[in-house]
Amino acid sequence: MRSGILQSAERTNFTPVVEFHQVNKWFGPLHVLKQINLKIAKGEVVVICGPSGSGKSTLIRCINRLEPIQSGEIIVDGERLSDPALDLTALRAEIGFVFQQFNLYPHLTAMQNITLAPIKVRNLPRPQAEKLATKLLVRVGIPDKAQAYPANLSGGQQQRVAIARALAMQPKIMLFDEPTSALDPEMINEVLEVMSDLAREGMTMVVVTHEMGFARRVADRMVFLDEGQIIEEGRPESFFTAPKSERTKQFLSKILSH
Amino acid sequence: MAYQFDWSVLWTGQSGFWLLQGLFTTLRLSALAWLLAAGLGIVSGALRTVAFKPLAALAALYVESFRNVPLLVWMFFWYFAVPPALPGPVQDWLYGHGIEFLAGMFALGVYHGARFSEIIRGGIQSIPKTQFEAALSTGLTTAQTYRLVILPITLRLIIPPATNESLNLLKNSSVALTISVAELTFQTRQIEAYTAKAFEALTAGTLIYLVLCLTIAAIMARVERRVAIPGMIARVSPAEH
Repeated sequence: MRSGILQSAERTNFTPVVEFHQVNKWFGPLHVLKQINLKIAKGEVVVICGPSGSGKSTLIRCINRLEPIQSGEIIVDGERLSDPALDLTALRAEIGFVFQQFNLYPHLTAMQNITLAPIKVRNLPRPQAEKLATKLLVRVGIPDKAQAYPANLSGGQQQRVAIARALAMQPKIMLFDEPTSALDPEMINEVLEVMSDLAREGMTMVVVTHEMGFARRVADRMVFLDEGQIIEEGRPESFFTAPKSERTKQFLSKILSH
Repeated sequence: MAYQFDWSVLWTGQSGFWLLQGLFTTLRLSALAWLLAAGLGIVSGALRTVAFKPLAALAALYVESFRNVPLLVWMFFWYFAVPPALPGPVQDWLYGHGIEFLAGMFALGVYHGARFSEIIRGGIQSIPKTQFEAALSTGLTTAQTYRLVILPITLRLIIPPATNESLNLLKNSSVALTISVAELTFQTRQIEAYTAKAFEALTAGTLIYLVLCLTIAAIMARVERRVAIPGMIARVSPAEH
């Protein structure tokens, strides 16, 4: 359904919210991103996959400028990240980021984790922020954990609080950097379900993941990265069943074989 | 002739009053110096970890210049060297408001501030970089990230080394006797001078320092348990694991 809607939208008015133009990045002598060109439309769900060390995490971290780039241009929500007058803080408030290691604030409860930025950045009065947080905790399926500290939550619950924390800023884009890689297998689904719901609601999402079942079901577009280059991109149906590049075939055979 | 013990020198004459006065001055000197040290330590310790190099360098300059010179030299410096170089009205004000105490407090505060700074820096650097990134990603500024996330975690983590350093500060307040601050050690020496009973006078001073330090350590251990972050290390003896 989703793909059908997007296909027609693509033909008529593809409004990009994230654009990479000829982006290059080095870590010292290591060329980690090579001539990346990528456009992500509003409401699109893009899954980035590739072998370890291919530059997936670096690519997604460039979008909210956690990583600076050395050449090229990235435009997010109409703002050039290289613009010296860019209000980075304001831009980041519009971009939710979910980390592999959750990175909740360990000294604060789930509720306080979620309300901190809305109160301090958006100047939301505390009662309103708490109302919002309560709603979000219901949405991610753990309404009874508001007063729990991160250490007393399971990995899956922590990651769902982290997603709620990002959503509390009512972001325009959500970035997920291997959100389930640090989770025990039985907790992966509870996180993927929350992400699927988000996608269904029309959130623009960029997801780095190895969860190919999730990708097949939820992605509008697959991007395959290897050695810092985009090797192939396409709709999940064609990407999984008829990959064009030899390297994509190899990668898929390795991760889909079991 | 064997030494004649006479413990009554501690409660006859002025002795008791002197000891109390000394104790009070030691506590006031240490408490004010501690506030100065904690403030300087937190600010400079945090600045040393920021990406903006000039600020980090400034904080490093402070730390290195104060922790690499003996405390005694700093006391002399702030007491003997600095005041004459100040403008006349400032000098007059200082000499009229107990310059010994002020110089001693300042020397003690900036010296231990430099040492607190290193503890804070170590604490901040033990927090994963991704914790900063998580806070920045929600739109918090760097200053807010430090104030609301990084420092609250750091300050809880560093209670054991900070307690140690606080006790050092209290004990080092005795150096202020060299610039005539009438703190506890100064008063102990005074009792000795008046009564010629060095053993009794110094025993009294020693016991007061001991009780003070043990009390502070016990209070800090309680504080540490109270503010401990759930799931993170609190000081527990190996047997309790």
